[in-house]
Amino acid sequence: MRSIRSTLTVLAFAFAAHASAADITLLNVSYDPTRELYKDVNAAFAAQWKAQKGDNVTINASHGGSGKQARAVIDGLEADVVTLALAYDIDAIAEKGYLAADWQKKFPNNATPYTSTIVFLVRKGNPKGLKDWGDLVKPGVEVITPNPKTSGGARWNYLAAWGYALKQPGGSEAKAKEFVTALFKNVPVLDTGARGSTTTFVQRGIGDVLLAWENEALLAQQELGKDQFEIVAPSISILAEPPVAIVDKVVDKRGTRAVSEAYLNFLYTPQAQEIAAKRYYRPRNAEVAAKYAGTFPKVNTFTIDEVFGGWKKAQAAHFADGGVFDTIGAAK
Amino acid sequence: MNEIVLSRRPSKARVSWHAVLIAFAVTFLVLFLVLPLAAVFVEALRKGVGAYTAALAHSEALASIRLTLLVAAISVPLNTVFGLAAAWAMTRFDFRGKAWLGAFIDLPFSVSPVVSGLIYVLLFGAQGWFGPWLAEHDIKLIFAVPGLVLATVFVTLPFVARELIPLMQAQGSEEEEAARTLGATGWQMFFRVTLPNVKWALLYGVLLCNARAMGEFGAVSVVSGHIRGLTNTMPLHVEILYNEYDYVGAFAVASILALLALVTLAVKTFLEWRYGAELAARAPRGH
Amino acid sequence: MARRVLPGFGLSLGYAIAYLGLIVLLPLAALALKAAGLGFSGLWAAVTTPRVFAALKLSFGAAVLSAFINAGVGLLIAWVLVRYRFPGKRLFDALVDLPFALPTAVAGIALTALYAPNGWLGRWLEPLGLKVAFTQTGVLVAMVFVGFPFVVRTLQPVLETLDRDLEEAAESLGATRVQTFLRVLFPLLLPALLTGFALALARAVGEYGSVIFIAGNKPFESEIMPLLIVQQLEQYKYGEAAAIGVVMLGISFAILLGIGLLQRWSRRWAER
Repeated sequence: MRSIRSTLTVLAFAFAAHASAADITLLNVSYDPTRELYKDVNAAFAAQWKAQKGDNVTINASHGGSGKQARAVIDGLEADVVTLALAYDIDAIAEKGYLAADWQKKFPNNATPYTSTIVFLVRKGNPKGLKDWGDLVKPGVEVITPNPKTSGGARWNYLAAWGYALKQPGGSEAKAKEFVTALFKNVPVLDTGARGSTTTFVQRGIGDVLLAWENEALLAQQELGKDQFEIVAPSISILAEPPVAIVDKVVDKRGTRAVSEAYLNFLYTPQAQEIAAKRYYRPRNAEVAAKYAGTFPKVNTFTIDEVFGGWKKAQAAHFADGGVFDTIGAAK
Repeated sequence: MNEIVLSRRPSKARVSWHAVLIAFAVTFLVLFLVLPLAAVFVEALRKGVGAYTAALAHSEALASIRLTLLVAAISVPLNTVFGLAAAWAMTRFDFRGKAWLGAFIDLPFSVSPVVSGLIYVLLFGAQGWFGPWLAEHDIKLIFAVPGLVLATVFVTLPFVARELIPLMQAQGSEEEEAARTLGATGWQMFFRVTLPNVKWALLYGVLLCNARAMGEFGAVSVVSGHIRGLTNTMPLHVEILYNEYDYVGAFAVASILALLALVTLAVKTFLEWRYGAELAARAPRGH
Repeated sequence: MARRVLPGFGLSLGYAIAYLGLIVLLPLAALALKAAGLGFSGLWAAVTTPRVFAALKLSFGAAVLSAFINAGVGLLIAWVLVRYRFPGKRLFDALVDLPFALPTAVAGIALTALYAPNGWLGRWLEPLGLKVAFTQTGVLVAMVFVGFPFVVRTLQPVLETLDRDLEEAAESLGATRVQTFLRVLFPLLLPALLTGFALALARAVGEYGSVIFIAGNKPFESEIMPLLIVQQLEQYKYGEAAAIGVVMLGISFAILLGIGLLQRWSRRWAER
């Protein structure tokens, strides 16, 4: 029995680390688009920690769809910190007792060190003349967005469209539903994740406009062809807040609370804020934001709390089974 | 066997008939198999050989290759032994519920990869049946190598058995019975008669099992945890690179998977060639 | 036939059942119990939505069609690979396994790249009015691809050990090629062909990785069953996800069992 157990433990990549040891490993379980961001942040934090405390910190990164990543943590993936696409996914982890329900109060700005918004990526010269949300429901316009049922990013897209319709003169819930229904009628392909949609739009040449996180749109433009795509900022959009949290149960077990807290607090320092800005996330820090103002187009934004009363309500009303999104599909 | 074809001296009409069949087969294979394969290599080499090798030399790519080989090296032998046992029971004996057993063996094929990962999470995940006990004893199955092995074993379980059963059925059991009558022990009979008789089908089965074990994506994705450089197998690493817009890297790793498959197939071809005479001598065997 | 002469019944059957029990049945029991946790009405509600029906129809319809295509084409290709000599035969033989070896996600990406309107094949098909990528046809193409090796690989060993004397005897007795094939060969091949068909079908039904890339995934149109499971999981509804999984499994298992019985029947027919 003992030999089996020790074999298992060896096989199991137990990330056994002790707070006192010189080698510390952390696991940051994050969502898809933050790969580039955390590659840089992790290196910067490790260097800073080494300089200040003398310990070597290795931060292992795991990326995937936000919901899938949250499920992995619920099912036992030992994440010291989670940095996901929406508060709803971290709430789901909290529900299982891994962290306190008021986790969003533990770090500044709703525990979101950087934000983003939803913008349009269109083909060079904007051949269909798409300027605002209203243009997307015109006949013959093909809109590419991932499936809100499977992608956190797509839920931001959907809510941004809903919020726009609601805020138009004479806007109402019924009007908003009508608008979003028309919008999704123009969607020829629903990929399961944000990056899948980007590929469909960019590589496969499908669609006239891609709804995307601003950071994703800027990155895609950078990586895949500055001369082929343009970014259009709509008149109004949603303030996307991807939050961060410490997984209490894991850090207490592994004794990594101090370094995990330092890691997340590091995200708010000017140094990390600058990295975020370079990776196309809107920094919270006013000075850094001013410095990178040129990168980000001016967009009026509303928050999910203002318009939808928070993620839990939005999820239940729109994306749960039998919610508004399901009736949109059925209306076809 | 090919000699037999030659010695038959086919008539003209038959040759043209052959040509049509061959042409159809080749066209289908080219359209359905060669083109996707070509697409993989074209994409992998799009930025030249330098970028290709650089993508493969990356430490995370190497880690994923090592992990994939490890997982396959554990899973394939397990399923080979199972396949032999199951095929023996299924083809040499009559018992009630045989059709059920056959259907159970095939079951993993019909389980969606999404589900085949999920079932192990339901068993061994933190919220699962054995989750609390495992956590108490600090044993990690899910999001670690054992979980990857379990998911892979599940997905590739039927291959060897499925390859052996139709053949052993067709062969019948006369030779084995003769060996027993001549006084061979069970294991002697197994190693001297059964195993040589089925070795080609066994080899096919093992190769398929291996290919699928290395290529499995869906089930493994659920139990991996996606920790870079630690629990990413090659297919998972391909997805990660692809999602980073690193198409060259993604297809380079994918091409290695395709190459691994082609290498195992080359080994099979070599063995067939090396032992071809023996095989030909055995080929005309009745029921 | 004196089957009692052969040893190892208890050992082989016992081992096979124990292994199956641990690796397959126990985990699937966990799945079934998870689904049962919803209660009957919850279960019923989870699997009887119009959306589930639409996905069921697509998943099983396309899978059955793909299995028939694979059975026909696979038989032909197995025959060609075993019986004829032609340049590049070894290479083509080796390529048959490619769909197993290529990770399903890569297969999906490669197929989508080929069949998208701007792809190598798509640009020729699109003007003909044939849309493949992001339609139901795309689902079918991906399913044919992933199920392709099964029929070829189950037929090959049987074809190789098949006694040629039988064919020659039939022909010397005046049977035509077609008669020989239908009367002599086909009955002998049928069990293996059915196995291949069943496996290709089962594999296609559950396939996820390659299909989602090429399907378009629109509700009621090109949404497959496994995608619905993923959607339930995204809402942290393990029970509902398990319920859909159990339904899929039940149908697949019934098909496999049915084919197994058909096989026994066909074997008796062949032995007659």
